[in-house]
Amino acid sequence: MESLLTYLVLGALMFSIGVFGLLQQTSLIGMLIAVELILNGAALNFMALNMFLSPDASFGQVFTLIIMGVAAAETAIALSIIITVYRRFREIKPDSVTELKG
Amino acid sequence: MNTLADFLPPIYIAQAAFWLMVLFTLTGALIAVAFPKIVHNILGLALSMFGVTGIYLYLGSQFVAMMQLLIYVGAICITYIFAIMLSPPLEEGPPKKKKTRVLTAFVVSLVTFAVLVLTVIHHPWGKYTSATRDWSVKALGQVLLNRYFLVFELISLLLAVAIIGAIMIAGLGQKRE
Repeated sequence: MESLLTYLVLGALMFSIGVFGLLQQTSLIGMLIAVELILNGAALNFMALNMFLSPDASFGQVFTLIIMGVAAAETAIALSIIITVYRRFREIKPDSVTELKG
Repeated sequence: MNTLADFLPPIYIAQAAFWLMVLFTLTGALIAVAFPKIVHNILGLALSMFGVTGIYLYLGSQFVAMMQLLIYVGAICITYIFAIMLSPPLEEGPPKKKKTRVLTAFVVSLVTFAVLVLTVIHHPWGKYTSATRDWSVKALGQVLLNRYFLVFELISLLLAVAIIGAIMIAGLGQKRE
């Protein structure tokens, strides 16, 4: 609880679970959820390093806020793209959107 | 009158709550990636984000913890659920996953985890700083409007552009059909 390593290992664990989900999911929304986990692992690392090592207490918090803003924007855009893909192809599997394939 | 603190020292309770939050985070993350149904995945993501909120409280920042709760549990998970409920039902049954694909993903993530943890353990982290810190919302707000003003403006601009872009993309697709 009071050691930096706990938080860093937890962040690494979240990141790897996210990578696992990103690689094995068969729907676009599932992949998006995995991306959220990856972003959160990174944000957790920023907060931990900010708490234990940074001389400036606000830097990590500001960076975590940026990550949250980017994640919110990414969710909005990606969900609207997924809805458009669903309207056009009638399914949201990443393997099925192959119109441009040669 | 007996209180809980008479039986258990508060430090134990704090540690138990911390590990409970870690348990929430990891269980939620596993549910979010491993369950076949998409609604369960989203609920798992919400549980995981709730756990991360508690961990941020232990890291000393109430503001970021509340933002995490509001943005992730409140906004992002609800947006996912709306996107699923607004779209017609998906094809019957969860899609079948190939075994080789799951195995490859597992091996890759295991290697990623091993490399990350080895790096973290072997890196010579400096001494922990023990400077007096001002974690209050007031201090954070002053910093955001002085030194990191550009960051503040960029987040606002990014969110505005994202909202307009999302409406354009989803709306244009509907018109074409």
